[in-house]
Amino acid sequence: VKLIVTFSRKAGRKPIIAQVVKDTGVLINVERALIDSSEGEALIDIPDESCALVKKRLAELGASVRVPEEVITLDESRCIDCGACISICPQEVFTFGGDWKLVVRGEKCVLCGRCIDICPQGALSQKEKAEPNSSQGC
Amino acid sequence: MDKTIARIRERIRDGNATVVTAEEMPAIVAELGEEQALREVDVVTTGTFGAMCSSGAFFNFGHADPPIKMEKIWLNDVEAYGGLASVDAYLGATQKSATREESYGGAHVIEDLIGGKSVELRALSTGTDCYPRRTLTTDLLLENLNQAIMLNPRNGYQRYNAASNSTDRTLYTYMGMLLPNGGNVTYSGSGLLNPISNDPRLRWIGSGVSAFLAGAPGMVVGEGTQHSPASGFSTLMVTGDMKAMNPDYLRAATMKGYGVTLYIGLGIPIPVLDLETVRATAVRDEDIFVDVIDYGIPSRSRPSLKKVSYAELKSGFVELNGEEVRTSSLSSYRKAREVAQLVKFWVEKEILPVCLPTRRIDLQKSAMPLRETVQGPRVLDIMDRVVISIGEDEEIRTAATKLLKGETNHLPVVEESGRLVGIVTTYDISKAVAKPGKASVVRDIMKKRVITTTPEEAVDVAVRKLEKNNISALPVIDSEHHVIGMLTANNLGRLFGRWLK
Repeated sequence: VKLIVTFSRKAGRKPIIAQVVKDTGVLINVERALIDSSEGEALIDIPDESCALVKKRLAELGASVRVPEEVITLDESRCIDCGACISICPQEVFTFGGDWKLVVRGEKCVLCGRCIDICPQGALSQKEKAEPNSSQGC
Repeated sequence: MDKTIARIRERIRDGNATVVTAEEMPAIVAELGEEQALREVDVVTTGTFGAMCSSGAFFNFGHADPPIKMEKIWLNDVEAYGGLASVDAYLGATQKSATREESYGGAHVIEDLIGGKSVELRALSTGTDCYPRRTLTTDLLLENLNQAIMLNPRNGYQRYNAASNSTDRTLYTYMGMLLPNGGNVTYSGSGLLNPISNDPRLRWIGSGVSAFLAGAPGMVVGEGTQHSPASGFSTLMVTGDMKAMNPDYLRAATMKGYGVTLYIGLGIPIPVLDLETVRATAVRDEDIFVDVIDYGIPSRSRPSLKKVSYAELKSGFVELNGEEVRTSSLSSYRKAREVAQLVKFWVEKEILPVCLPTRRIDLQKSAMPLRETVQGPRVLDIMDRVVISIGEDEEIRTAATKLLKGETNHLPVVEESGRLVGIVTTYDISKAVAKPGKASVVRDIMKKRVITTTPEEAVDVAVRKLEKNNISALPVIDSEHHVIGMLTANNLGRLFGRWLK
């Protein structure tokens, strides 16, 4: 499951994610992170069964945790199935189906936004999920 | 066997013709053999759907009252060329909007018109006795125009070189986003479905021949601009009536960092009249090769990294420098297939008549580079030749003194041999002073990754480096990596005095 962790750095530069890994023993994959002098946001991927544990420990350390509400969305009426997005996606979200139709596997997406930027048809956007995750993902 | 175009047309009329797509042909020939395939197959259809920048349309707006000789013309703020009589214009697909820049252009105007949307025409004139009016603004639909004739100077490229990028920064090109360090390969073209790849000697594709153009029955005018058959890059000029076009087969697009372009569906039927045609139309993706060009080199003669076939490109991966690199197509193969299928249907229904060219297209030509009689400024023309540099082991204070004395903000750091190893700026020194740490000598604070230029480099290319990297100076180095000059933002001012009179 993917979670967005936000934390303030005002209280000091605590290695929060490293601390959680150490305390819980759960291996956390940081897929995207943006950290500046005052705050930070990281998109992490963890095994589903460890979700509650990791969330609890993150919260204890002062981070706030939420499930990503947005997802990469393809406007089928605009997409021409060129495939410009395929090779530039760091997560291999896009592939061709057997009939050369673009297949989007949104669950792998880390919302880096690169494909939105470069789609020649402007067919990709970041939209709220149609069905919000129940119980915060775990 | 004597097969004639008249016989093929007769069979089409009688509903007995065998029309197949170029994708089906390799298997047919493999199964039946060439002789039998020649007897069975009457027409092979082709198709492509990709970005074709060299496209546009002629319009005739009709006369206003009082009449105006439109000299400056805009359609939805996209300028069209008005130097044609009084109410004619040519709108180019890549022309950018005066107000919306990259997000809207000539291609979008064309798509909007075909999609039934209203477009604002604005025109200016100096006024004459016969055309007194000076300004005009009106909203127009496609049906309000007397003519809207698409005429694309260069479409249907036989094939197009693939692209990659050896530099360490991302490039945004008309070949899409190119990741650093050869991180991806992009390509364009439908390979075995491409019209000219199925008729490389242009025996059947020539002036007057039927073509599917953006959903309309159109026509090949003749050779396209930059037609270069000698190097395997033939092109076609094609035309069609915009009023009959279909937005499913024409799409405006924006290539980030490059600009506006137009995706067009183009397909041409090829009559199968002899064995040479059977062989040509049995072409496979494995047989069509292109170079992977390094777009990291900002020069006309960009080096080729390797040769690859369309089969490799379409597989999703190519091997580059021993690594599997993912590929992206910029054209749509699914749409190209749709076009070839539609051409097949249109041939069977006689919407696209199969005919012979009224004039053959030249097969010897090779596109020439531009003859430039005035060389643009090069770095050596404007660089500072007096270079104040510093050694790695010198104290930071010495660097500060040198910067002050030299009235410069950049100090190249050189070894004893004179080789460039780093650069120190006033910013680096300020930082070292503001946050005193362990740093004591130049080596501790210098930037080791230096972006450089050479004396022969065009100033425009060097300026691009300054802009892209958000820096204000470039050390000018020779082939031994010795600093022989500095190019700073200040030097660029000299351009105005000497070059841009």
